[in-house]
Amino acid sequence: MMHSTRRGFLRTTAAATAVGVVGLPHIARAAAPRFVIVGGGPGGATAAKYLKRYAPAAEVTLIEANPTYTTCFMSNEVLGGLRDFSTIQVGYDGLSGHGITVIHDLVTAIDPEGKTVTTQGGESVAFDRCIVAPGIDFKYDAVEGYSAEAAEIMPHAWKAGPQTTLLRSQLEAMEDGGTVIVAPPDNPFRCPPGPYERISLIANYLKQHKPKSKVLVLDAKDKFSKMPLFTQAWEMFYGYGTDNSLIEWVSKSDGGTVTGVNTETMEVTTAGAGTFKGDVVNLIPPQSAGAIARSTGLLEGGDWAPVNKGTFESLAVPGIHVLGDASIAAAMPKSGASANSQAKATAASALALSMGQEPPMPTLANACYSIGGPEHGFSVAAVYNYDDFENKLVPVEGAGGVSPIDAGADSRRREMFYAHSWFENMKADCWG
Amino acid sequence: MGARQQGTRRWAATLVVAFAATAMPALAQADETEDMTVEVMAGACTYCHGTDGNGIGEAIPSIAGMPEDQFAYMMVTYQDGSNPATVMGRVARGYTEDQIQALAAYFGGKPFERPPQPWIDESVVAEGKELAAEYCESCHENEGRDGEGVGILAGQKLQYMRFSVADFLSEAREMERRQARKFRELMDDHGEEGFEKILNYYASVQ
Repeated sequence: MMHSTRRGFLRTTAAATAVGVVGLPHIARAAAPRFVIVGGGPGGATAAKYLKRYAPAAEVTLIEANPTYTTCFMSNEVLGGLRDFSTIQVGYDGLSGHGITVIHDLVTAIDPEGKTVTTQGGESVAFDRCIVAPGIDFKYDAVEGYSAEAAEIMPHAWKAGPQTTLLRSQLEAMEDGGTVIVAPPDNPFRCPPGPYERISLIANYLKQHKPKSKVLVLDAKDKFSKMPLFTQAWEMFYGYGTDNSLIEWVSKSDGGTVTGVNTETMEVTTAGAGTFKGDVVNLIPPQSAGAIARSTGLLEGGDWAPVNKGTFESLAVPGIHVLGDASIAAAMPKSGASANSQAKATAASALALSMGQEPPMPTLANACYSIGGPEHGFSVAAVYNYDDFENKLVPVEGAGGVSPIDAGADSRRREMFYAHSWFENMKADCWG
Repeated sequence: MGARQQGTRRWAATLVVAFAATAMPALAQADETEDMTVEVMAGACTYCHGTDGNGIGEAIPSIAGMPEDQFAYMMVTYQDGSNPATVMGRVARGYTEDQIQALAAYFGGKPFERPPQPWIDESVVAEGKELAAEYCESCHENEGRDGEGVGILAGQKLQYMRFSVADFLSEAREMERRQARKFRELMDDHGEEGFEKILNYYASVQ
């Protein structure tokens, strides 16, 4: 099978030659390339913004169903009562102001041959290259009794928005002495440390307002992201490991994997630990790339889109790039920061390939913070170089990793400040 | 999946060179790709430090307009641990000397912006300005906008400057002799309050 980048390159090169465009890379001399970005989360928004920055003459259209995006990052602080919901909402005026055409509509089809995107509202937008950043969808079938309807009773809150508000109101309404069940999925899934930050901040809320309550974690894993750091925070703040712990964690080995739910009895059944009744149940189901990635044929039968990890061009469908949570970036976690970093490489590559130029060799990074308790933050970071021979993003040896376990209270306090600054700057860099 | 991918990138690169030789100026192509490589690399800094290195959060420093030698010094001392850090040691060790130089030139060329910092205590700014004139201005010239071998203080993030001062005072971060003397004098004459007033002043400079 011919590789997609090569094929895409040949086609665009031929086109450039045919119209007699000499003296590239000056884009103004060529017909302005047209890009359509599907999805306005951190990945899609960043790709649109940076395409326009890299090539002001390019025609950039962003199609996103919702007029407002609610960030998953910092939504756990909303759940824990530490942050107002309005602070995790962003609009698209910033992107429109940069000259990006923003269409609020649902994309129903992407035609890679005809090079058009069509929407529910009947719009049809032509592109030279399309960037697909649909985020995640839920595999409801993986848990018996769970569904989109069941999520109105047992919220996942793993796409922020009404689900976040729903879970918060359930926590507020719960009486003291209640049990909050949190059920994280097996890897891979969006935001690997996210469930454990959520557990921390729910425990923090219960400690202050409903101290006879507890969080029961039914996990489909034996290990999780930043595990020693979360465990340390849980011991420091929530009595973890003692008889009075606010958090009880049941691992996969202890049978914690959730296999079914009953929304009428509020019961959760596990693979081997028995059945538990929750007053509030936060079930985070297994995930896959957003539906449009599957219907466009980008997933090759799997749950996530295989891509060239240098250009994020689909290995299944040439001319289409897939980035963020929906793609397989292997070493890079499915995080907002990863999506932002990948979006810049994707924008630069899509631009270069649309003009028959060589795409840059990307150096990417991820830096992600978690809040474990009051004035208590910690981070994970990594820098990645693209290995074009193996099609791998390789973390630089000797760099990256998590906050030191013995860093102390002052360092944890600083990382809380940095986490909140990261959030403000991240929102501005993606949508501002 | 990996197998079919192998080596195709180099193959494409060869094609580009061949094409460039006949149809377009090869030098321009190389420069453009180089520029975009730096753009993408710098893009991995800006979700924390802000677009173009200008942030709006209260603690992460803006890195736009930073003197190149200062940028390189900070990164190298983060790498070897002589400059205390939370995350930046782990990040800085991901970059080579050449990459650091390229990033220093990139961010050095961006104008430093001074968005409002609503957390500034305006009531101490005037006094801070007088203290700064006495203890700081000889090195941090032009209201902290520039100076030889120093970072930008004018409009820098208040919480970041507090952390930096704490690191200097605890001797976690090394000071030059002249800086150490000024810090000692300021502490003797005005205590920690004096530092706080000065930092609020520098953060407020537009």
